[in-house]
Amino acid sequence: MQAKQLSVFIENREGRLDEVLAVIAAAKVNILSLSLADTSEYGLLRLIVSDPAKADAALRANGFSSMLTDVLVVRLDNKVGSLQSFLAEISKTEINLEYMYGLTIEKEGKASLVIKASDLAKASSILLSSGAELLSAEDIAKLC
Amino acid sequence: MIWNEKMETMSRDDLIALQSERLVATVKRVYDNVPAYRAKMDAIGLKPEDIKGVEDLTKLPFTTKADLRENYPFGLFAVPQDEIVRVHASSGTTGKPTVVGYTAKDIEMWSECVARCMTMAGVTKKDIVQVAYGYGLFTGGLGAHYGAEYIGATTVPMGTGNTQKLVTLMKDFGATAIACTPSYLLHISEVLKEAGEIGNLKLKAAICGAEPWTEEMRLQIERNLNIHAHDIYGLSEVMGPGVACDCEFHEGLHVCEDYFIPEIISPTTLEPVAPGETGELVFTTISKEGLPLIRYRTRDLTSITYDKCKCGRTTCRISRFKGRSDDMLIIRGVNVFPSQVEEALLGVDGVSPHYLIKVDRVNNLDTLEIMVEVDGKFFSDEIKGLEALSVKIGKAVQQMIGLNAKIKLVEPRTIERSMGKAVRVIDNRKLV
Repeated sequence: MQAKQLSVFIENREGRLDEVLAVIAAAKVNILSLSLADTSEYGLLRLIVSDPAKADAALRANGFSSMLTDVLVVRLDNKVGSLQSFLAEISKTEINLEYMYGLTIEKEGKASLVIKASDLAKASSILLSSGAELLSAEDIAKLC
Repeated sequence: MIWNEKMETMSRDDLIALQSERLVATVKRVYDNVPAYRAKMDAIGLKPEDIKGVEDLTKLPFTTKADLRENYPFGLFAVPQDEIVRVHASSGTTGKPTVVGYTAKDIEMWSECVARCMTMAGVTKKDIVQVAYGYGLFTGGLGAHYGAEYIGATTVPMGTGNTQKLVTLMKDFGATAIACTPSYLLHISEVLKEAGEIGNLKLKAAICGAEPWTEEMRLQIERNLNIHAHDIYGLSEVMGPGVACDCEFHEGLHVCEDYFIPEIISPTTLEPVAPGETGELVFTTISKEGLPLIRYRTRDLTSITYDKCKCGRTTCRISRFKGRSDDMLIIRGVNVFPSQVEEALLGVDGVSPHYLIKVDRVNNLDTLEIMVEVDGKFFSDEIKGLEALSVKIGKAVQQMIGLNAKIKLVEPRTIERSMGKAVRVIDNRKLV
């Protein structure tokens, strides 16, 4: 079960992040989580939002380079060692984790993580078989 | 000091007689031996016998870089290939380089020209000359090298790339002259200054060329190194370095007129302009055997004076260059056309045709940055994907133009769209 992440290319220029967020807000799309990866010249903004397709279209219409990427959103118990035990399953395989970042902390003692792996389908089945809960696009929309 | 008193101080009348005789012979030779020239002359009904002297020069059709490209590689050579002892090549406006060929006699003539230029800078057989131009297909290295050897000077083939070694050998060998691009020499001078080595050098002269430079830059080099710096001009199509050079008075570059007839034309009307007026420099080679060129349009903008120089030479002088009549850039001595960069970019999968070339000079060395828009189709959501894209573009550019460029990925639509001719180049160097 995969979710859609919105990825936006932004130059390291004053105010660019703000402009991206303004476009998303104007499209009435809610942001659940984001991660900003940066180099000296540009950055990649990755977001989990209520309606990725709508945000993507709005950004493109405003001249941004954005795209939708498949990711896994894993819901874990918010307790010591739960992340490690799931990742241990993945590290037994050839799958590479490209990047990860956390989702806003939920109620009920749960925490969620966004994971991009080299083989998403395989990573997804490993996580499911080891008892992890994966969130779908609909689940995410409900969280927003 | 004059290398060839007879040729360099000849009276104008004698020079015109000599040029006329050589021009008539050259025109006949290219008409007989080079189909492309014959076709061009036939097309306008011009026969070799219509050219009786330099006064008839303007009747001849122009030759351009496009002619060299269309006849790639050896099509314009006027001798059989077995007479050619050397070829050089420079980058053309598109993928194919411009190839030039020399007979043994051409190489000797070239050496003679460079010898005259180096003599203007005071170089004699007693000198030790470091040649720090690139050796290889580029004419700079071997051209300067043969000229220095022709004088009988001790010639050190340094090449480019290892400044530390160059500086060490300059000191250890007691080098008295250096031939390299002016920007490289300025860089070398900063290195020497920092190391506190200026006082330990025997250097007295520099012969710099292959790229445009200002009088201020020349004076700065002279001050930094406490030497005399001379401006040598040439282009591979016509010969290479040594077509012209400035003497100790630095009031224009003396043209080796017994080998090359210069003209200045208006780049728009293609008609000759009045003496002293600025226009495009055109050369007709009248001694070259391998690749004679008739009215070759250099695209360099300058003016000519025929006034006698204080040094005693009677040859005409071209002024410091005032730019180009095309969009060619000279970066670190390498000729670069924006169209080449475009071709390289379009060869990389998915790269958008929107780019901007930024040229600057940092610490006296040219820098080249190419901004490329990242559009939705080919951007990756992983940093390593974007980095791989930069590397791929950088390699394609390097293969096309032979220079390393810094590739900067920018957002879509950040490169200004112009209504008319797109602005593809920002050159922040102050060269003219």
